[in-house]
Amino acid sequence: MADRKIDEETGVETTGHSWDGIEELNNPLPRWWLWCLYATIVWGIGYVIAFPAWPMISGATEGMLGWSTRGNVAQEIVAHEAKNETLVTAMLDTELAELPANADLHRYAVARGASVFRAQCSQCHGSGAAGAKGYPNLLDNDWLWGGTVDEIAHTVAHGIRNETDDDARWSEMPAFGEILEDEEIAATVEYVVSLSNPDHDAALATAGAELFADNCVACHGENALGNPDLGAPNLADVIWLYGGDRDTLTETIYYSRYGVMPAWGQRLTDADVRAVSSYVHALGGGQ
Amino acid sequence: MDYVKIILLGAITVIAALASGWAHDLAYQVHALLIMVVAFAMFIYVLRNTDEPAKPTMEHDGIYFDGVIRAGVIATAFWGIAGFLVGTFIAFQLAFPALNFEWGQPFTNFGRLRPLHTSAVIFAFGGNALIATSLYVVQRTSAARLWGGNTAWFVFWGYQLFIVLAATGYLLGATQSKEYAEPEWYVDIWLTIVWLAYLAVFLGTIYKRREKHIYVANWFFLAFIITVAMLHLVNNLSIPVSIWGSKSVQVFSGVQDAMTQWWYGHNAVGFFLTAGFLGMMYYFVPKQAGRPVYSYKLSIIHFWALIFLYIWAGPHHLHYTALPDWAATLGMVFSIVLWMPSWGGMINGLMTLQGAWDKLRTDPIMRMFVLSLGFYGMSTFEGPMMSIRAVNSLSHYTDWTIGHVHSGALGWNGMITFACIYFLTPRLWGRKQMYSMAAINWHFWLATLGIVLYAASMWVTGIMEGLMWREVDDQGFLVNSFADTVSAKFPMYVVRGLGGVLFLSGALVMVWNMFMTIRGAKPVTASVPQATANATPAE
Repeated sequence: MADRKIDEETGVETTGHSWDGIEELNNPLPRWWLWCLYATIVWGIGYVIAFPAWPMISGATEGMLGWSTRGNVAQEIVAHEAKNETLVTAMLDTELAELPANADLHRYAVARGASVFRAQCSQCHGSGAAGAKGYPNLLDNDWLWGGTVDEIAHTVAHGIRNETDDDARWSEMPAFGEILEDEEIAATVEYVVSLSNPDHDAALATAGAELFADNCVACHGENALGNPDLGAPNLADVIWLYGGDRDTLTETIYYSRYGVMPAWGQRLTDADVRAVSSYVHALGGGQ
Repeated sequence: MDYVKIILLGAITVIAALASGWAHDLAYQVHALLIMVVAFAMFIYVLRNTDEPAKPTMEHDGIYFDGVIRAGVIATAFWGIAGFLVGTFIAFQLAFPALNFEWGQPFTNFGRLRPLHTSAVIFAFGGNALIATSLYVVQRTSAARLWGGNTAWFVFWGYQLFIVLAATGYLLGATQSKEYAEPEWYVDIWLTIVWLAYLAVFLGTIYKRREKHIYVANWFFLAFIITVAMLHLVNNLSIPVSIWGSKSVQVFSGVQDAMTQWWYGHNAVGFFLTAGFLGMMYYFVPKQAGRPVYSYKLSIIHFWALIFLYIWAGPHHLHYTALPDWAATLGMVFSIVLWMPSWGGMINGLMTLQGAWDKLRTDPIMRMFVLSLGFYGMSTFEGPMMSIRAVNSLSHYTDWTIGHVHSGALGWNGMITFACIYFLTPRLWGRKQMYSMAAINWHFWLATLGIVLYAASMWVTGIMEGLMWREVDDQGFLVNSFADTVSAKFPMYVVRGLGGVLFLSGALVMVWNMFMTIRGAKPVTASVPQATANATPAE
């Protein structure tokens, strides 16, 4: 070691090297630093004994505490379920329509329904349940298949026009493009527009009214107010599932529509179906 | 030799032209054209100089190879501004989504600009700073000119080409979707070539050193270069869908891919942003302070502990995921044990000021070094703390993480780089000091205030959103929707953006200061000392 010397400022010896003028002092490791390092190592050894840590040939050491992330989640779920057990039983035993009478029970059903809705329904109906083109808005008072809580529960449990549930809501609008002439469809469209829009061609709409009476009233009703038994929408209330402009209406009448909803009774528990129905009913538009 | 070059460059030009014609996607096509233009320009240049009499040159083994370092210092500042600018813009995009302008879609949406920002600051700004300082330091502390002649220039320009290919690729939609490793396969291959050349230059210079021992800064630089090469190779193992297209498929999949990614991702922080920058610290701090390094013993112990422990810490990025619990536990334990080895660098840096603390009052550059070490210490404490499973369950996926990275990146990496630029610029261009010392002071305070605004707002918003996400009512139902947390964060997002504006303004002051210092100055040639106090030939 070439050139050890004593640093004047600190009185500490240098290591005797110099690189581009940089020297190094021969200070020992700071004690507090070393003890902290040892402490973290000791803690680390304890931790890997207590918790799952070392990979083996098949699986890994499980740790003295038997802790696991999955176990942790399962425990939390069990704890919540135990806590809510009486509420769940009560909810299953109460008529859906009677739920709002019991404030605590109703709050539970709606909150549980909201979490089911966010996970299962929001993809189509939107996280705020306001719907989208082709997916009904669940906030308003316009119901395709009925808006009482029991009717909603039936729709949720069995779905609409699906192939998997025999009790699914079912109806089928014909594709009038194969039945009516294009001019007739245009007239019918004008009549439907006239029901809710003052800005229309009155003469054409009058012609359309006759066609409507011949072809549409069976489902949509004489005043076009719809029929929830057949899932036939009210055409006079300015609420549109696919759109109320002339182009969209022409498309709807020409090709028809065939909206499908899965039967959630096959995927969710009875409690979840009841809860989500209560939630949807409570959104504001329930009858 | 020139004939080989001509043939090679001609071939690359032709192949790139063909590739641009056969390209399956826009990014690949633009890149092929770019490579074609570069190769063709070099082809013409080499052709014109072939068989010309060699120009007399001042370059020889007796002087340091500093041209490439001058270029590196300027590139660092340039890419720094670019990266900070994009960062500030995307910070405001998060606060005001309307800034994802319709006319700029899809090129300027947040999703494409975000990797542009991270890569620009880490790899373009940080990478150029590391390459420039490491090549400066290795020459000075080895008392030897860079090995390999113009290879260093190849490293510099090759690295800039890598940056341009990566950045334009992101904007044009070429990404392999691995954080901090987004560039596609051909860009990865190019970086590998450049990086190996860098390693060769660095190792070659160390090999021909005239000092008996390898200085500690060079250990850190070498660890950084070697480990980054290894990380880069493994994490980018992928098979191109077509050699005429940018898309590739990763070799690993599922949780193995996630683990490889975060083994890479965490060590990009550990070896790129920590080990490499500690290399800078170990040269420039004692130089600026004019004091010996505090403890040789500490430097050895914390170096080996740091590089041994860091490589295992990656799994803490994957707590509560498909990653098995045992791997997460190990990642967490290694992260905690890493705490003291990380602090070893801070202690050695700060204690080097023993006997020179008064410089903090008079020397704004010294103040920057000390502040950067302070932020280094803070974020290397915060990191292990956030790796604890229970803490991570609150902090993960929140802005707390963003705040953590930025207190490290802006505070530690940014500040030390600025200080190094202020150290190097006057020395490389033959000035006594920077044009304006007052401007350095301004830069110091603008940047400091910017970092404080940034970090504080992200702590608040991160912990707030973590608590909001986990808030349940007495029946066990979540109270807040995701959108609730987003709207609650708005004020903090604005503060964060303002922090970015301050940090960027500081950097602009630096660029002005550099311009005024360099303007009219002549590059200096510095001689290699022929006999040092303890000069011994390398064994």
